[in-house]
Parts: sequence; structure tokens; C-alpha cells
Amino acid sequence: MKMKWITTTAAAAIAVMATAGAASAEGELNIYNWGDYTSPELITKFEKEYDVKVTITDYDSNDTALAKVRAGGHGFDIVVPSANYVPIWVKQGLLLEARPDQMENFKNVDERWVDVPWDEGRHYTVPWQWGLTGIGVNTSVYDGDINTSAIFLDPPEELVGKINVAPEMNDVLFATIKYFGGDWCTTDKDLLRKVRDKLVEAKTKWLAMDYSVTDKLPAGEYDAVYYWNGAIMRSRLQNPDIKFGYPKEGFPYFMDSVAVLKDAKNPENAKLFMNFIMDPENAALISSFAKYANGIKGSQEFLPEEMKTAPELVVPEEFKDAGEFLASCEPDVVDFYSKIWTEVQK
Amino acid sequence: MDKVRQAAVAARIRDIRNRWLLSAPALIIIFVAAVGPLFVMLLYSFMEKGNYGDVKFGEFSLDGWFAVFFQRDLFDDTLGLADAHIAIIWRSIKLSLSTTVLTLILGFPTAYFIAMRPPKNREIWVFLVTIPFWTNLLIRTFAMQQIIRNEGLLNNVLIWLGVIDSPLQIMYTDTANLLGMTYVYLPLMVLPLYASIERLDFRLVEAGYDLYASRLQVLRRIIIPIVKPGLIAGSILVFIPSLGAYVTPRVLGGGKNMMLGNLIEMQFGGGRNWPLGAAISITLMALVMIALLFYVRNASRNGGNYHG
Amino acid sequence: MARRTFNIQAQPGFSFIALFTFFALYLPIAALVVYAFNDSESLSTWGGFSTRWFVSASNNSVVQDAAGRSVLIAIWAAVLATLAATMAALATTRSPNYRGLTFKYAMINQPLMVPEIVTAVALLIVFSRIKVWTGYSGLGYLILAHTAFCIPFAYLPIRARLESMDLTLERAAADLYATPWRTFRRVTLPLLRPGIIAGFMLAFVISLDDVVITEFVKSGGQDTLPTYMLGQLRRETTPEINAIATVFLVVSVVIVVILFLLNRRKQ
Repeated sequence: MKMKWITTTAAAAIAVMATAGAASAEGELNIYNWGDYTSPELITKFEKEYDVKVTITDYDSNDTALAKVRAGGHGFDIVVPSANYVPIWVKQGLLLEARPDQMENFKNVDERWVDVPWDEGRHYTVPWQWGLTGIGVNTSVYDGDINTSAIFLDPPEELVGKINVAPEMNDVLFATIKYFGGDWCTTDKDLLRKVRDKLVEAKTKWLAMDYSVTDKLPAGEYDAVYYWNGAIMRSRLQNPDIKFGYPKEGFPYFMDSVAVLKDAKNPENAKLFMNFIMDPENAALISSFAKYANGIKGSQEFLPEEMKTAPELVVPEEFKDAGEFLASCEPDVVDFYSKIWTEVQK
Repeated sequence: MDKVRQAAVAARIRDIRNRWLLSAPALIIIFVAAVGPLFVMLLYSFMEKGNYGDVKFGEFSLDGWFAVFFQRDLFDDTLGLADAHIAIIWRSIKLSLSTTVLTLILGFPTAYFIAMRPPKNREIWVFLVTIPFWTNLLIRTFAMQQIIRNEGLLNNVLIWLGVIDSPLQIMYTDTANLLGMTYVYLPLMVLPLYASIERLDFRLVEAGYDLYASRLQVLRRIIIPIVKPGLIAGSILVFIPSLGAYVTPRVLGGGKNMMLGNLIEMQFGGGRNWPLGAAISITLMALVMIALLFYVRNASRNGGNYHG
Repeated sequence: MARRTFNIQAQPGFSFIALFTFFALYLPIAALVVYAFNDSESLSTWGGFSTRWFVSASNNSVVQDAAGRSVLIAIWAAVLATLAATMAALATTRSPNYRGLTFKYAMINQPLMVPEIVTAVALLIVFSRIKVWTGYSGLGYLILAHTAFCIPFAYLPIRARLESMDLTLERAAADLYATPWRTFRRVTLPLLRPGIIAGFMLAFVISLDDVVITEFVKSGGQDTLPTYMLGQLRRETTPEINAIATVFLVVSVVIVVILFLLNRRKQ
């Protein structure tokens, strides 16, 4: 009688362990990517094709991802840093030189995205998606001019307390520096002081700094966001009152790229994945989900019609000059910007 | 005779040795996975921060501790109080105190109510308080989120009743944190209160009424002094986890209304300042220890008076 | 006189607040469970009764994995914690005070005193370094961390049982020349069993519920059900999360009800 419950528990434990073991497929792949950014369809297709079990873990900012991986023992194979962070990852010795430029599907990469300043000739990374950071406003609440960063820096009465700003240092600092007429990577102390003071003051008028926009903007939890264009497009598809604005003072373009980590447990599967996403049809899956452009030639024809004409993706002529690609600044500038950002976040 | 005593001493020594061996696994596990790391963290708080997280080993620095309370202005290099940190510490203390008071306002009548049930039914009521306590904290926070969000039950009912026209913005505010923590920690207040109220001798209360004391007087003069130990225990049990709350402000606070727990997380993530994070953690622990000491002192002082 | 007694027994304002409290304790949970059966995508509008979210949750391979991992960790942690706690309870009860006893109490209860977030970041610091040194980043770290904070929960009921236990049977066994081990196996352990079962179940529930420590200790691909949910809560949520939460709730409640009934039978 006494032994009975011990054996029962032991049996249960063994059964559970057995099933947990059986669940693992041929191989594994651990992807560490931005939240709400990875197409489930793409993953399912990859899993089927290569019999690899994929796990996705989310992060919400470049800094978070960098910190987690730097800490060590993270267990990830793939990470998707933004362009201006790639040099940091490389310099810190965190990335594997996976040589995607020698892969079969590399021929599909748009020339525009091959010799990029953050990864000349693409020895480390493969384009994932690119886009821009702009303004999303629920026009049933506020119908004034939305093509300005004032929406989140000097918000109109109607929007105060209902604004969400992407928790990403570069995008926010870029827009604020431009708002005061400065240049990206500036070291002008007077201007940067204005930037800090403005952000600290504006933050009191924000509701959140979070990344759940595709749910909360259409639902009316947020009435305005400074956020990435794809997510705002996804919000508009759910709620037609959402309109997209291009900050005329200046807005940043970004590109996030897939990289393999140096201490990856499954580097071969990671490389397979790199090659896999350079296939136009697969790249289209990425874009159809998250609604950002990818850097792969020929993926256009696999994209849904709505994406080809979307006001969030096709930059109007008058705002073309306001956009600028987020470059990497000198390390001491980055360091100073991080300090400003830390003050803002607190 | 001496031999017997020697044998007894030897047996006692053997017994104590066996007891150490028996407790060794628990002690070792807790040392490796709970106590030991705290010492490592203490060490880390005195090191120079690494550029992208981590610390520079062997480089001693007090910057981490300094930064908990002071900061140099980025631009004019003037020394000032780190008002952001102090604001967060203050918010954590304030919210934890408010949570304690609110759980007390709701918990005391509840515990009293349970103690008034016929003995047979009491444990069912107690059990009803216990169930939420044993269910996942995250799930309870999530449940609260669904009630207080803009399209949530609370706003819908208020609008339907005509009390308000447009939804109240509760999510991402301190109120959200307060409601969430009160909801989550309420059982921790009710249970110890109940335990002490149950011991209350109601003949005393009756005597008070017979002497024409008002209800408030009876409460203040008779009931509260007797249930004080439970009251303190409950307050401590609510206050301590509130102070270290992480899940509730993360889910309900929207990344803006940080509490200490989130500030600590930030230093180990995007903030990239591990020594500061370690120093804040130890500050938090110190606050908890102060609360515990307060409790121990009160418990021992009151213990003799009321339990006899 | 009768009126006054009535007054004492039911302070009217108190009853009102008490009933409100019970209502408030259960309303959110009830709403959460009800919306798990919502046919609509949204959490705010009711679209009719449906069990489709339970189906979709059970077909979601991420959820399956996370649930399996949660149970696996909880079983390991509960078994190890119960073993360690039983031994520690035997070592710290039924003895005159000896040097180090207070130290043992303090150590065993330590996980209850320190805020979880503090332990979590301390473990992050130490374990991430060990992970780099050893190259091993499996579930062992999570199991070890869970075992540590489960020990005090397993320890409490076992110790309580030991302290209330009658010593005569053990003495009788010893008088009949049973070896200490035999006495333990045949007499002490069976008497202790309710305490051990309770300790095991408490440890299991505590491990299953943990969010904070797991969130900081886990490596890539090691989400448990609670950390998976934590990640989901910050973005688009569908009633699928409610369905997962409901199943989770039912499991916890069943365990606690069993504990309650066992406890009752004992009395």
C-alpha cells in the first residue's frame, strides 16, 4: 500500500518525461526575434521541409536582446538585430560568420541591400524586413495634422494620456533630434539637452511604452502611437479610423537582419533558415504576416494586393526627403545616447 | 555511572551529526540556488559596469551604489539626487502601503464574517479564500486586466449604468497596479486575520455592548487590540510581496509605471547596468528586512500580552 | 439581549463588505473562464458559446511543449524538494535545541523571505556564467532553482505532521529490537505519509505557478506555460489564453481540493 503511491508517482514522472522526449524532432532551432514579428506560416513551412522543431522567443528592444545574449547561456541560434546594432554584435564577437553571401538563394537579395554599411557584402546577416517608424492616430479621436512628431512630443489635448511610443532608443531619439532640427549622430550638447528635457516632459503624457500595438490601437486602448509602419497597417486593417502619418521633421528607416549566434547549438539549422528566408515565396510569407517590406527580389508577386498600395508602405513624394536610414553612430555617441535614453526610461 | 553518561554524550553527538547529514541536501540546494547567488550579487554591486551589460571582473567600483540615490547631470555634470530612482522607490513603498490598507479594509470584515459563521461552515469559507491564493498569480493578474481594461467588464457596467460616458483609463496607471495587487494579495491578509479573530472571546464583545459601548468603541477598544497580532502578520504578508512585485506592474503598468521589481529587471536588460541592478536589489532586500524586523519586534512584544 | 447578540454575530456592514470581497475574489476568475468559451476572436464582445479555443490551444504545439515542460519541471522539483524537505524535517524536529538548529530554520525558510525578483536576478548572474563555463544549458538549472524555492513549502506540512506525531509506536518498535531503519520504514514513514503527500502537492503547485524565477533563468526554447503566457499577455490576446488559463486553474483547484479533503479526513 505504501509503495503504491510512490510507484504511481514514479510512473507518472517517467511517462511525462517520455512524452517530453518524444516531442523533439530531428533537429531544433531557437529563434530570438522581436515580438509579433515572425510569421507562424513561415515557421510551419520550415519545420515541415527540414523536420526541424522551431522555438521562438520574443524580445522588445535591441538593448534587451543584446543584454540577454551577452549574459551568456541563452541557448538561442538566431537573432534579428537592427542595422545599427549589427556592428556592435559583430564587434562583441557574438555573431557567427555564416557567409550567407555564398548561399544558394543569395542571388535573390536585392542589390540595394547587399553592400550595406553595417555588413559589407553580407558576411553575417540576411535581410529580414525593413520599414520606417511613423505616426498612427485614431482619427475618430483627433483629426488634425498627423504628419508630425508633435503627435507624441507635443501631443494635442485629445491624445494626451492615450499615446504609446515604441520602447526603442534609436527610433525615438532620431525623431526627437530631427524635431529640433538636428542631425542624427549629433554631439551638440545644447540640442541634446533639449532632446532629453523634451522626452522627459513628453513621457508624462504617454500612456505606455509597449509593443502590443496591433491589438490595442484598433481597440481604442491607444489613440496614437509612434511605431513601426507594418504594425500600424495591421491596426488599420482592423479599424479603418487608424491613419498613418509621416513625421515631416524626419523619420527613420530601419532594417532588421537575421544573424546566427557564435555559440549557437544548431548552427547548421540556422544557416538552413537563412537560406530558406531568401527564397522569394518564403520572404513574402514574412511580409504578409508582419506587413513590412523584405529585401528579396521577386517576393512582390506573392504579396497580397493590399500591401502594394498601402499608404503605410508607399512613401508619398512630399515626405520622401524626410526619411533617413538609421546609421550607426560612433561608440561614444551611442554611449551618450544610451545615457539619455536611460534617463527617459526611468 | 560515568560510562553511562559518556555513552549518552556519544549518542547525542552521533545524533547531531546524523541530523546534519540528513539536512545537508536541503541546505546545499538552498545554498546553491538561493542564498549563494545573493552573495555573488552583493559582490557584483561593487564592480565596474560592462559596456553592454555584465561587469568588468576585478574592477572595484562604488558607482552602482552611488547611482541608486545620486546622479550626475548628463550635461552640466552637477550632482543631484537620482530623482527617477527615488520616485520609483517611493512609488513602490506608497503602492505597497496602499495595497496593505486596502486589503485590510476588505480583509478585516471578511475575516470577521468567516469567524462568525457556525464552526462547521467556517472551513468552507476559509477554503473559498484559499483557492484564489493557490491559483497562478499571473492568471489572476490577467483576470484583473480583463476586468479593468477599457472594454472590460467594469467600464461596460459603469457605462451601462450611466455613471460614466466614456471608459475610465485604469490600465497602465498606478490605480491598475493598486487594484491588481490588492486582488492578488488579499488572501494573505484574510487568513492570518481570521486565525486571530477566531480566537477572540466574544463574551468580551458582549460585555462591551452590555456596558453600552458603541460599535466603534467595541471595535477599537476590544476587538482590535486582541486581533493585533493577526493584523500585523497579515500586513507584513501583503506588504512584502507588494514591495517586490514584478508580474503585476509588468502586465498592468504598461512599461511606464515601474515599480522596484521592474527597475531591477531593466538594469539587467536594456539599462545595461548590472552593478546598479544588483545594488537596487539589495536595497529592496534591506527594505524587506526592515519590515520583517518590525514584525518580529511587534510579534514578540504583543505575544506575551494577548495569548496568555 | 437577543438583539445585541444578533448585533455581535453579524455586523451588518461587515457582512456586506465580506460578501462583496468574496464576489470580487471570484468575479474576475469567473469572467476569465466564461470568456474562454467565447466564440468570437475578441476578449470584449461575446460571440456565442464555443469550445474552439480549447481545441486550438490543445493543438498549439508551442502550448503543448510549454505545458509538458511545466509539468516535467514541477514533478522533478516537487520530488527533489519533498525528499530534501522530509530529511530536513526529520533532522530539525523532535530534538532538544542544538547548535545550528536556528541556522537550519533560517536557511530552509530563506526562499520565503527574499523577494522573488531579487533571487531571480541573482540566479541570472550566477547561472548564465555557469552556462558559459560548462556549455550545458538544459532544464537542470530550472529544476534546481524550483527545487530550492519549493523546499520550504514541502517542509512546512511535513514538519507539522512530525511534531504532532505520537512517539509511542516508534519506541515500541525500538523495544522490539527493530533496527532504526526498519522502524523508520515500517512505523515513522507510514505515519508521516499524509504530511509528505501534502508537502509534495504544495511543492508541485508552487513550481507549476512560478513565473519570475523561471523567466530569468530559462534559456532559449525553455518557456513554461506561465512564462509563455506572460509573453503573450503583452500583445494580441485571443480567448485561447483564457482557455489555457482555465485548464491551468482547474488543475490547481483540483490539487488544492484534494489537499483540503485529505486534511479534513485527517481531522
